[in-house]
Amino acid sequence: MRLTDTLKFASGSLRGSPTRTLLMMLAMSIGVAAVVVLTALGEGARRYVINQFSSLGTNLVILLPGRTETAGVGPGMMTGQTPREITLDDAEALLRSPAIKRIAPLTIGSATLSLDALNREVVVAGSTASLLAVRHMDIGMGRFLPDGDIHESASVCVLGNKIKQELFGNEQAVGKWVRLGDRRFRVIGIMAAQGESMGLNTDELVIVPVASAHQLFNTSGLFRVLIEAKNRDSIEQAKRDAEEIMLQRHYNEKDVTVITQDAVLATFDRILTALTMAVGGIAAISLAVAGVLIMNVMLIAVAQRVKEIGLLKALGAPGRQIRNMFFAEAALLSSIGSVAGLVLGYAGSMIIGQIYPSLPVSPPWWAVVAACGTALGTGILFSVWPARRAAKLDPVAALAGR
Amino acid sequence: MIELQNVTRSFAVGDQTVSALLDINLQLGDGEYISIMGPSGSGKSTLLNLLGLLDRPSSGTYLLDAGNVTDLSDEQLAHVRSQKIGFVFQSFHLVPRLTAAQNIELPMMLAGIAVEERKQRVAELIASYGLSERADHRPDQLSGGQRQRVAIARATVMKPRVLLADEPTGNLDRATGWDVLKLLEGLLEQGITLVIVTHDGEIGARAQRQIHMLDGRILSDSPRSS
Repeated sequence: MRLTDTLKFASGSLRGSPTRTLLMMLAMSIGVAAVVVLTALGEGARRYVINQFSSLGTNLVILLPGRTETAGVGPGMMTGQTPREITLDDAEALLRSPAIKRIAPLTIGSATLSLDALNREVVVAGSTASLLAVRHMDIGMGRFLPDGDIHESASVCVLGNKIKQELFGNEQAVGKWVRLGDRRFRVIGIMAAQGESMGLNTDELVIVPVASAHQLFNTSGLFRVLIEAKNRDSIEQAKRDAEEIMLQRHYNEKDVTVITQDAVLATFDRILTALTMAVGGIAAISLAVAGVLIMNVMLIAVAQRVKEIGLLKALGAPGRQIRNMFFAEAALLSSIGSVAGLVLGYAGSMIIGQIYPSLPVSPPWWAVVAACGTALGTGILFSVWPARRAAKLDPVAALAGR
Repeated sequence: MIELQNVTRSFAVGDQTVSALLDINLQLGDGEYISIMGPSGSGKSTLLNLLGLLDRPSSGTYLLDAGNVTDLSDEQLAHVRSQKIGFVFQSFHLVPRLTAAQNIELPMMLAGIAVEERKQRVAELIASYGLSERADHRPDQLSGGQRQRVAIARATVMKPRVLLADEPTGNLDRATGWDVLKLLEGLLEQGITLVIVTHDGEIGARAQRQIHMLDGRILSDSPRSS
């Protein structure tokens, strides 16, 4: 029997009982769609996190005070309270490395910002002019912190977009004086609105020169030093140099931690990929359930079509051919069900993408392949028993309908 | 062309063994017209199933065209059935979702014959059995006589040597039954061996050779009326 004839005969018998066929296809397609949608969500979450990290800056190496033995967030990282702090001179010394393009020291604190009778608590970031380039931020109006000596505590500040709106409304803010803690600062620029990234909302930030921030908070240590490597290949070199320089300056004591953006990214990537696979695997269980359904309905079909099977045997069809016919039915069912499931899954992913535009929802290719493969596999696997049963029927008994 | 030597067929019913056929010796020649008659339970259907290679003897030997087919595998038996044996059943056994033409085509499809040749042979048969207007109808849209004609066309489409008919007129009214019988007898002119199992003595009497069975044995085998 030719392959095309087998397929034609199988599709004929599927069309012969449309309700049964539709229900089985529905079960198959729901399984495939579940895998597609759930992995698309997981993949979306992964890409979201990666995008967030990328918006932090490129080729970024981060130096923080304190030593954590394993990569991750230790208590010292959160507070900056460590035996030996990173000073501005330490930060400047990093520029000696040829692999390092620029650095942006960062001191974070909070202070009361006031203009006449209006005042509110704000997060104050002390940094230098390089921060704009290192962190990929945009200035909306006026200008950013001036270049010059890192130790100079100029009384200028740059306001986040939301703070400016709250304090000045639509009025001109650049050039005005505001009070930050016990010091007066002149507003020289407004940040462009860009929302939150990695937990730091620049719209609600006040940026001042790092030396001014140190005076404001009465500290001399840095919370972070953001280091931008020359290019992608020099990230590792920049990391080693930074460690080396800090070791020299801190009397051979390893009391800083250097993390690369790539390492953090890779960790998140691994975690979220594993999560996506786990969720996809759980969805694949529904495919196995669909497989059992196919087996069940196929067994009923064999019982219903016992006379037809007997006839085919009498007409000279060997058991092998009859088995192949049932396999072909299962394969057709699963493949059409898979295609329907893919359409359903992609449509579902698109709808989720419309509802949450910030989430880049898209099913990964491996999940699509795995879903269709599992659907076809279970379909055929679970038809083995019914097909063998049909093939082994005794022709005399089958013709008599027994 | 067919020879049964000491063929016995027994079934296990509970813990008893029931013999449906006992020590049958039979020779069928090319182009013979044979009727097998007997009451129900006499073993005539079992004999037909054995002749059609749907069943295997418990003991004894079956020679087809001088070759021993007793010990062939299921797959080989299927091939022999496909090439040499045609079946016509009392209840027609047409596939309900296929049209008359597709039902006739079925044995050729199973044998893997090329599509063009299939179409041509089906068209010839449909024309010669007067089914032209019914070719695209499904069995439930056909009368009993038309259904049996489709079944006969299907049984002969592979040009078998033997045609085995099990009560071919059993589900038909008298007039239609005679038409179908005439059709079957017409095949004898093409040299086919026709075996008809029937209750009906009037139908059985038309055959040149009449075999009467009782309790699994051949009671009488009328000599060939040359």
